[in-house]
Amino acid sequence: MKPAFFMIRSLLATTVLVCLAAALGADDEHLTITAEATATQPPIPITLVGYTGEAESVLRFDLYVAGFKLVGGNESPQYELKGANNGQVEGRLTDAINKTVKFAKAFSGGTTRSQAHALADAVVQAVTGVAGIAGGKIAFKVQRNGTTGPGEVYVADYDGHNATAVTHDNAIVADPCWIPGRRALIYNTYKFGNPDIIMHDLSTGARSVVARYAGSNISPAASPDGRHVAMILSKGGSPDVYVANIDGSGLRQLTHTPEDESSPCWSPDGRWICFATRMEHRRVLAKISVDGGAVRRITANLGINPTEPDWSPDGKQIAFTSQAGKYFRICVVPAQGGDARILADGQDPAWAANSRTLIFNRMVGGRSVLSLLDVPTKQNKDVPLTIGNCSQPSWAK
Amino acid sequence: MKRATFLSYLVAGTVLTLVGAGCKHPQTPVTPIPAAKTIRVPGPSNPVVNNAGGNVNPGTAGTVAPPENPNANQVKNVAAGGGQEGSLADIEGMTPDTNHFAGQTVHFDFDSFVVKTSEHANVEAVGDELKAKPEDKLMIDGHCDERGTEEYNRALGERRALALREYLVRYGVAPDRVFTRSFGKDMPVDPGHNEDAWAKNRRGEFILLLPKQ
Repeated sequence: MKPAFFMIRSLLATTVLVCLAAALGADDEHLTITAEATATQPPIPITLVGYTGEAESVLRFDLYVAGFKLVGGNESPQYELKGANNGQVEGRLTDAINKTVKFAKAFSGGTTRSQAHALADAVVQAVTGVAGIAGGKIAFKVQRNGTTGPGEVYVADYDGHNATAVTHDNAIVADPCWIPGRRALIYNTYKFGNPDIIMHDLSTGARSVVARYAGSNISPAASPDGRHVAMILSKGGSPDVYVANIDGSGLRQLTHTPEDESSPCWSPDGRWICFATRMEHRRVLAKISVDGGAVRRITANLGINPTEPDWSPDGKQIAFTSQAGKYFRICVVPAQGGDARILADGQDPAWAANSRTLIFNRMVGGRSVLSLLDVPTKQNKDVPLTIGNCSQPSWAK
Repeated sequence: MKRATFLSYLVAGTVLTLVGAGCKHPQTPVTPIPAAKTIRVPGPSNPVVNNAGGNVNPGTAGTVAPPENPNANQVKNVAAGGGQEGSLADIEGMTPDTNHFAGQTVHFDFDSFVVKTSEHANVEAVGDELKAKPEDKLMIDGHCDERGTEEYNRALGERRALALREYLVRYGVAPDRVFTRSFGKDMPVDPGHNEDAWAKNRRGEFILLLPKQ
């Protein structure tokens, strides 16, 4: 059981699932990805004993999203989490097979929810050796009427609780991105009549301009060290990738193509920018060094119109959106290139710090909802939010 | 099955003995959780600050002065196809007339920013008027259909607006009079989900900018 579990990290090394590119039309422009990624790992059976109400529902949600399977009755658990939530959340994690106690912890302060999140993260850390994400926060966009037009930027716990509007601009907003290491966001707003990029300090409420040049200033992405921003500006005559210091100073143009580059993201070492563009008449994902140089295509076939790449924090894979008719698919490809595989229906994926949980948005009954996917087990939960159409999620890191 | 049940009783019993019903084991360490930090939200009238110069645009109820670009002078615009010579400050205060060129709206093919031959007359009509009215300027809004992701469409819409701008500049309109912006797929004229609607939504709109009175 355990050795199998610790193979999460080699998820991509297992190229068992071959991507078959099937030509839909006569030309090779319509290559589509057909290989579905199956689960590479079974969920870990765990049983909860002694929890009630909010604490129990938080633990169930968090552990499911982290790749655990909540069992009871006849099914044998691999772990047992036993404790209580009378005043404070506490728990003892026992290996149900060899009877060893992994930990006993209690939590004080915060709220019942935050204590339960902390307990869930302690379980994940103890079992997988990787920090949990249940205490994490997200930023995203909310549109009250439909999925076009004005919206506001929100922040919330990763499970959608404590959702708070951080803008009241009644304007088109787009692509909020948390600046790593800071309580600050960078996003695109049309509030001043033009698509501009601004930075927003959540502690003070202060906002400042990062890019407001003639043309469109869009798709900001903060670097992993929080000190730089990659973005798409059209001031040079075509939408190109630029990088700058996070306050907008020190601007440098990276790409010089007549095509429309879009949705840049950073490699975790901060040395590469991956983005969507067109090369040889095909929509592709490509990368360029932050020092400039040649634009390099990521891999041969990423399906129809691959966009919105997001590089996993461990550097191994790039999640992106591919198109299938009117629908969108979340796909993943090894960062060094290779075969792409379909993970789920949805768009705009973002990796959590654990390099195994993706958050993205998908359409459910005509409404756009945020959704969490544990890639190794393929366990999936929609984020329960009822404040409108939610999209473009970004993790606080 | 019996064995599993027996085991779970055994485990439960062991833990009960250790933890005790409802009371903490004396050695269970307690981890304090910090209280949630306050998030400060700017109101609609709060100013947006210029990073470089430290200029604060005074916020007034209901409206906010558009901020200057803090880094406007630091970068030369150089690229194939010509950079945007104008600055947004040049059109501040001008009055937009969205109806004037409504009949000249240009439509594009799927995933394309090529200005089709059938659309040339529209662009040239706009160019002729601009040449005749040297005080006026032009904003071109690029739009897309709903297919494709949001940021992809935002870039494509901008590329369409720029293709129209390039046409006008070649036609003889001064480049510092023509501005572009993209609305991606955020402002469809037809909310339908079929080719008819998509064809209408893939467009470039010309907005005449009249001088300050």
